[in-house]
Amino acid sequence: MSTCSVSKGCFVFKPSTKKRRLSDKTGHDFRCPSNDSEDTQLRFVTCQSLWNQIKSETEQIQEDLNKQLLDNLVSFLSRSHSDFQEKTTEWTCRMKFREIPTAALVLGVNVTDHDLTFRGLSDVLQDNITPYVALLEAKDCPGIKNLMQKLMGQLMNCDIDVDSMDDEDCVQVSQNRIRCSMPSLISWYDSVTKKTDSETPSKKRNSSSRHWRSPPVVVIFKDMESFTTKVLQDFIVISSQHIHELPLVLIFGIATSPMIIHRLLPHSVSSLLCIELFQSLSCKEHLSTIIDKLLLTSRFPFKLGEKVLQVLINIFLYHDFSVQNFIKGFQLCIVEHFYSQPLSVLCCHLVDIKKRVYSLSHDQCENIRRLPSFRRYVEKQESGKQIELLTNDSFLKEETQKLLEDLHVYHENYVSILRCLHVFTSSLPKYPLGKQIRELHCACLENRVWETEEYESSLQLARMLNKTDLVTMLQQCVEILIASSGKEFDRAIEKLKEFLTQFQNLEVAEASQERDVSVSPQKELQKKTDLYHLQKTLLELKESRRSKKLTKFEMLRFEVVDYIDSLVRRYLVPADNRTLHEIVYFNAAAVLRGHLNAAPRTALHTALNNPHWYLKAFSTVVMAAEEPNADAASSDQVDDVIHARFIRAVSELELLGFIKPSKQKTDHVARLTWGGC
Amino acid sequence: MSRPEGMRSSRHSLQVKFVPDEDVLKHITDDTGTKVRKEKAQLSVSVKRFVKKLENISDNEAQEILEEKNYVAALGICTQDAVGNGSNISGGEVYSFQTPKRSNKMAELASELAQTPEQNVSPDHSKCPEKMAKTPQNSKLSSSNRVQQTSKKKEFVSTTPYRLRKRLAAPDPYLESESEYSASCSEEEEDEEEQKEVSTIISDQKTPAKTKAASTPPHRNSLAKKRKAQKMGNLVEEYFEAHSSSKVLTSDRTLQKFRKRRLNQQTLYDLLKNAPLAYAAEIRDLNQQHESLFSKWMLQLHLGFNIVLYGLGSKRDLLEKFRTSLLQDSVHLVVNGYFPSITVRSILNSITEEVLDHIGTFRSPLDQLEFITKRFKEDSSLELYVLIHNLDSQMLRGERSQQILAQLSSLPSIYLIASIDHINAPLMWDQAKLSLYNWLWYETTTFSPYVEETSYENSLLVQQSGSLALSSLMHVLHSLTLNARGIFRLLAQHQLEKKDNPSYPGLSFQDFYQQCREAFLVNSDLTLRAQLTEFRDHKLIRTKRGADGVEYLLIPVDDSTLTDFLEKEDEDV
Repeated sequence: MSTCSVSKGCFVFKPSTKKRRLSDKTGHDFRCPSNDSEDTQLRFVTCQSLWNQIKSETEQIQEDLNKQLLDNLVSFLSRSHSDFQEKTTEWTCRMKFREIPTAALVLGVNVTDHDLTFRGLSDVLQDNITPYVALLEAKDCPGIKNLMQKLMGQLMNCDIDVDSMDDEDCVQVSQNRIRCSMPSLISWYDSVTKKTDSETPSKKRNSSSRHWRSPPVVVIFKDMESFTTKVLQDFIVISSQHIHELPLVLIFGIATSPMIIHRLLPHSVSSLLCIELFQSLSCKEHLSTIIDKLLLTSRFPFKLGEKVLQVLINIFLYHDFSVQNFIKGFQLCIVEHFYSQPLSVLCCHLVDIKKRVYSLSHDQCENIRRLPSFRRYVEKQESGKQIELLTNDSFLKEETQKLLEDLHVYHENYVSILRCLHVFTSSLPKYPLGKQIRELHCACLENRVWETEEYESSLQLARMLNKTDLVTMLQQCVEILIASSGKEFDRAIEKLKEFLTQFQNLEVAEASQERDVSVSPQKELQKKTDLYHLQKTLLELKESRRSKKLTKFEMLRFEVVDYIDSLVRRYLVPADNRTLHEIVYFNAAAVLRGHLNAAPRTALHTALNNPHWYLKAFSTVVMAAEEPNADAASSDQVDDVIHARFIRAVSELELLGFIKPSKQKTDHVARLTWGGC
Repeated sequence: MSRPEGMRSSRHSLQVKFVPDEDVLKHITDDTGTKVRKEKAQLSVSVKRFVKKLENISDNEAQEILEEKNYVAALGICTQDAVGNGSNISGGEVYSFQTPKRSNKMAELASELAQTPEQNVSPDHSKCPEKMAKTPQNSKLSSSNRVQQTSKKKEFVSTTPYRLRKRLAAPDPYLESESEYSASCSEEEEDEEEQKEVSTIISDQKTPAKTKAASTPPHRNSLAKKRKAQKMGNLVEEYFEAHSSSKVLTSDRTLQKFRKRRLNQQTLYDLLKNAPLAYAAEIRDLNQQHESLFSKWMLQLHLGFNIVLYGLGSKRDLLEKFRTSLLQDSVHLVVNGYFPSITVRSILNSITEEVLDHIGTFRSPLDQLEFITKRFKEDSSLELYVLIHNLDSQMLRGERSQQILAQLSSLPSIYLIASIDHINAPLMWDQAKLSLYNWLWYETTTFSPYVEETSYENSLLVQQSGSLALSSLMHVLHSLTLNARGIFRLLAQHQLEKKDNPSYPGLSFQDFYQQCREAFLVNSDLTLRAQLTEFRDHKLIRTKRGADGVEYLLIPVDDSTLTDFLEKEDEDV
């Protein structure tokens, strides 16, 4: 069946039920026509399980991060209508009832991540506080009528969830019939609460028993800024009239700043709200946690290369601040890696490596031999071993296993030492190596960090740290190293502890030492008054200081810094210097950028710069080759084909958005791109 | 007016006798050295003559003027090298005669010169015939040109007496604007006698055109820097010039004047089909590369991404190939976004009606979307591939349409693969929509012609053959009564008769009624009105009131379509 028609734009194709394949998601694995088909299944499974792990991990992180916020919100909600619970009739309370309890939730500009937060929030609320939660979005509520409709629809549906399912139909119908107004909402609320009251406790469901007798109705405005002010104002004014009948609580999701409430609502309206402010975690901290938990850990065998990480971070920082997008990018990295790298089958947990290495086929062994890092490794071996590595598959497998295990150990150590180094660099003035650990991580991945100027200057600065700072940092390092799973750090820990005790010993000796060091030059300085002598003494002073014997503390400080330096040099070797790094590190930054941060405009321009296009499209150019003086006189002879091609070229340019009809004269077009009218 | 620094120094350096200048000139042009020297001798004479005048000028004034000159130069007002006389390189660029302001100045100068004795000018005149030919101005002007040029030279040699130079250098572009200020009335009186001096110089000068030509390069070199600034100024000026008038100038050469007949869709298509496709082999290779990505797309679709294709060239064939090779066994929906009357509603309808076999209508697209969402969530075995050609088409690019499509695509069991072509297509999506779409971008530049995409007659140029309009016309009319068809026919015939009259307002109602009565088509004007309402509802006719309040009827279809229609009608009858 063709999909061309002059009367139809949509075509549905349904295969006969016999032919229709059962939806098997695993059916679409890494089968690729050009690739060898072996291991693809295994690779796909590994990829999927890895991704699922990471996904659940990120969700867990998100939940943990939001926990504090959600707890605060829940306690606020339970407080907000406590008076209503007790059914007090005091006058003061009534006055207070005119105010709607409102939570202003400042969530930050990463709007796309808010969905997850709100979903978590409404789940928590429904579990703990009230079954009546309505989530409203600005795009559904262009007017107050739509808002009420949406609100009631959601509230009555959630009522069904609590109720037994048998009377679903009648509610469904009534929802359509009911006039959407506040009184009908109140009568609905009354009826539901009475129903639950009258029900015997035994019949109640577990979930509803956790709620109070008259649970509040929570209305969440997901994106408060996008609502029209009129709708918001109307809703607030109307509902404040009924607040003593309907225990309403509002939650505003705010992307910018709490000031927006006052800008959107006039004083007369905002005075009807009793606002409490809640601040969610900033997206940057969220990202740091994610990077910390996903990348700087040895739990996951898959790693990101420097360029790739940089691309992802740049997209985050310069485009959207969206952690979800970052994770999406990460997912794409995983998929790309497992799809394009046949050896990624070895990118698995340590326990599986042995089995997988030994089941490698000959072709895969050849793939290993083709890896640049492996070739570099082979060249360094003596000739006998070289031949073995290049010809003997089983020897190669043994060696591969060893190398992979080495790589794993390397990574464990890398992370611990990176954290230690970060302890130092993050407290230096001006942060020569960056404030965040991700910056340090990128720097270390990029090249040998100890060869960079920034590292040099941070060591300089570290040599000037005072004692208390130094001691606390050393203590932190010791903690990190103890917590790390690397086995090589016993000596390092010992050494650091030794430093710590030395510092403690110093404290005692220091006081007496300090006194007799340099009082005299200072005094001399005060005596001399004339310029020449002053200059001379200052020079002498400088000279003496240079040659001056260092205090014990200073010597110790130098030792500490040197030791840290030696650790860095030993463990923070960039990953691409390691053999077989291609198996676990994903480095195709260009691919990633192309898929996530594409530039369609550039692609179009590049293509249009292609002379081929001109030759094909523009009739004048086409004709110029044949008859240079193609003017009005010769236009009669214009070939039909060229004319047709010209017409098409114009249509295509219109489709591409370069020109549009000017409407000023017939046939005239206005240029749209490259600075048109 | 022009009293540059060089002036003052020249006063002091009279004793030095131009040695540095000579050096400079030698340094720049070796071969013309002798000629320059000759000229120099003349200059020294004139210098002596006017030296007393120099002293009249206070240093203060000179300084002021200098500053002004710098300022003006920096502003870049002195420009016009583009309009300059091409053949006369330095002259054309340095003194630009063609600007209106300048030509005024020139006219003034010319009229002044006209008062000078005729004989003084004429020899000069005869000396430079080629100059005459080049300059559009009168002979006196051209002579003044020469004066300027020589004087200009002198200025650089820095020996000319101030007063004289001032007069002569008036058209100096750098000084143009200040010339208006400094030409005070008192000086005006001196003009006459100065003129004489000028003319004497002119007559004295035996410098042939050659000298001038030879001596131009130095100007050029010394002015290189200034000209750079000039160019900058030029750009600025051109910019404002280009944007000063909102009226866009377009040519009158329309396709109507083009004697070629207009091609209709079918002939166009046939012609293009026969046209050889350039670089077919390369394009095929390119497409094969894209096709190797199919399995990857399939995988990524299943992993929750949606795919968007961009790049030059029609991606329709590529997607079709994807569809036929991989989607044969699954439910899929193809949407031609370029279809002129596609709507989100029709997309949603085909999902609910054909994919989900739902009978019934929905109040709004949002309700429909909700229904689809619910169904897909309930039934996890339900899967749908959606292919949208040109997601960025006129009809689908609206905010609401995109929102709905984005929400649709965010369903885990709906896999969307779409193509975009418009250069600004990504602007349709904000962060929220982008995250719903969850795009993976693929550049698939195919270089294939947009045959299908541009085949509908909503395309901008030429081919309004009206075959669609014609068929809709036929359809509507066939459902009407015989009388109604007759009425319409009458109107159409009348319109065709008047097709040569460009200001034809339409047929007035009264005339029309008369004609219809005569043809026994209606019996009262009420029945005619009822008929017309029917036509109007189907957009077959348009009515408008003329200046005299009479109602005019018009068929809003072009003549060729109308002719076709009448022919077809004749066949039927």
